[in-house]
Amino acid sequence: MNNYIYRHRFLWLRRLSQVGIILLFVGANVYQWNIIVGNLSSAHVLGLFYLSDPHAIIQMFLAGFLVGTDALVGGIIVLLLYGLIGGRAYCSWVCPMNIVTDTALWLRKKLNINEVQFRTPINRKIRYWVLLLGFILSFFSGVAAFEFVSPVSMLHRGIVFGIGFGQSALLVIFLFDLFVLKNGWCGHVCPIGAFYSTVGKFHFIKVQHTVENCTDCNNCFVVCPEPQVLKIIGKKSGAISNSECTNCGRCIEVCDDKALKFINKEKIIRR
Amino acid sequence: MLKKANTTTRREAILKVFQGVGLLGLGGLVWSAFLNKAKASKLVLRPPAAIEETNFLAACIKCGSCVQACPYDTLTLAKPEEDVPIGTPYFIPRIIPCYMCVDVPCVPACPTGALDISKLIPEGKTELPENMDVNRSDMGLAVIDEKSCIAFWGIQCDACYRVCPLIGEAITLDFERNERTGKHAFLKPIVHPDVCTGCGKCEHACITEKASIFVLPREVAEGKSGNFYLKGWEDQDESLMQEEPKSDLKGKSSEKDYLDDWEDLIDE
Repeated sequence: MNNYIYRHRFLWLRRLSQVGIILLFVGANVYQWNIIVGNLSSAHVLGLFYLSDPHAIIQMFLAGFLVGTDALVGGIIVLLLYGLIGGRAYCSWVCPMNIVTDTALWLRKKLNINEVQFRTPINRKIRYWVLLLGFILSFFSGVAAFEFVSPVSMLHRGIVFGIGFGQSALLVIFLFDLFVLKNGWCGHVCPIGAFYSTVGKFHFIKVQHTVENCTDCNNCFVVCPEPQVLKIIGKKSGAISNSECTNCGRCIEVCDDKALKFINKEKIIRR
Repeated sequence: MLKKANTTTRREAILKVFQGVGLLGLGGLVWSAFLNKAKASKLVLRPPAAIEETNFLAACIKCGSCVQACPYDTLTLAKPEEDVPIGTPYFIPRIIPCYMCVDVPCVPACPTGALDISKLIPEGKTELPENMDVNRSDMGLAVIDEKSCIAFWGIQCDACYRVCPLIGEAITLDFERNERTGKHAFLKPIVHPDVCTGCGKCEHACITEKASIFVLPREVAEGKSGNFYLKGWEDQDESLMQEEPKSDLKGKSSEKDYLDDWEDLIDE
C-alpha cells in the first residue's frame, strides 16, 4: 500500500494541489475564507495582492482594454512564476480540467480504446494556432475571445460559484479525450497550454535525466502526456528542456531505474 | 527519385500553406460568429459603476470578485446556457435587486477597472472608496407599463414608491382626479430618469403577476431626440443658436445655390 502511494506520489500531490485550490476558492465564496478570493482568472490573495491570468490579460489588451494596476501586477507575477520557475506546471498542478482529461485517459486505458486509435496524425502544434487565432479574434471582436469559449473557465466558475459545472463543456472534452483523440484537449487543442509552453521557455524546475541509469524500458514514453518532450531519454543526460513538458512527474513515478528526477542530487554535489 | 518521398516539393509546401490558412480562416469564422452571438445580448443589468457595456465586455476578467463581495447575493456570473455574455456579472431585480449598500463593496473588489470607482465619486472629492456615493450609480432605468400597473386603474398601490431608496426623487406620485368614480384619486407612480439608479427594488416589490415596473438598461429604455431640436427656453440651448450654423451644402458654394438645385429631385 505504501508502495502504491509512493508510486503515485506526484499524482496525489497534483490532485491535492488542484482540489486544494478549488476548495480554497469555494471556501472563500461559501464561508468567507480570506485566503484566495475570486477564481483562476483573477484572485485576491490574503487580502494583500492579486494573482491574475496573464493569457486573459493579453486577450483583453488586444480587445482594447488595459486592465487596472491590481490585475496587471497580478498577471505579471503569475507570468514570472510560470515563465521562470514552473514552466507549464499550470496544466498539471492547477488546471481543474486536468482531472477530467486524466479520468478520460484512465477510462480510455481500461476500455482499451487506445488500441483503435485512428492513425491520422493530428499535429500537436494546432494549439499554437488556436492561441494565435484567439489573439487575432480578441483584436477584431473587442472581447477576450478565448475567455468567451474557454471550457476550462466554464468548469472552474461552475465549481467555485456553484452555478452548475458547465456540464456541456465538461462532457464535450471528456468524450473527445475518451473516444476521439488520446490527450486530445490538453495535448493538442488547449491554447492555455500553448501559452505557458511559449512563455515558459526559460523555466527553472525541470525533470532531470541520468542516462547511465536508464534501461530503455520506455515506461516514461508510455505514461507521458507529451512524449515528444522526452527526446533525450536513453540518449544523453540532462534536463527535459522542451517547455511543452507539464512537470507532472508521471515519468519519475514510473521510472524504476532512478534515471528521472526533479532534482539531480549528484549533479548538485559534483558542482 | 526515391529521395523525393522524404523531401517536400514546392507544390506541396504551397498547398500546405493554403490548407493552413484555410483551416485558420474556417476556425476564425466559426469562432467569431459565436462571439458575435455571445455579446449580442442587450438586456443585461450590470453592477453599480460598471463602465459602458462594450468596454465592460472587454474589461471584465470574469473573476467573480464583485459577486463574492455582494452581501445580498444579488450578483451572479452568467452561466453558459444563459442569454448573457458568459461569465460576466449581472443581476435580475425581480429575483434579487441591488440593495444599494452605502459602502458599495462590489466596486472596489474589481481588480481590472471594469467597475470604475470614479463613476460614483461626487464632483470635487478624491477618488477613494470611502467617498463613493451609491446614489450616483447607473445600472439601468425603471420603466412603467401603465396598462398593467393597477395604480393607473385607480386601485391604490404605491409599493414601488414606498420601496424606492430615493423615495420622492426617483419615483414620485402624481395625484389625478378619477373621473370614472368622480370622488377618488389616481396615485400614479412617475419615474424620474435623471435620478433613477436602476437598482430594481421597485421591480422586486411590484405586486402584479409580472412586474409592471421593471428596469431596463438605459440605452434600451431611453430614446434620443437628436441635435436638431433646441430648447429655446433654456439658456444653454439658446447659446447654441448664436453659433455659426454648420450646414451641409453638398458641394454647392452657397445656401442659395443648394436650394436652387432641383436637378437631383427630378432624377427619376
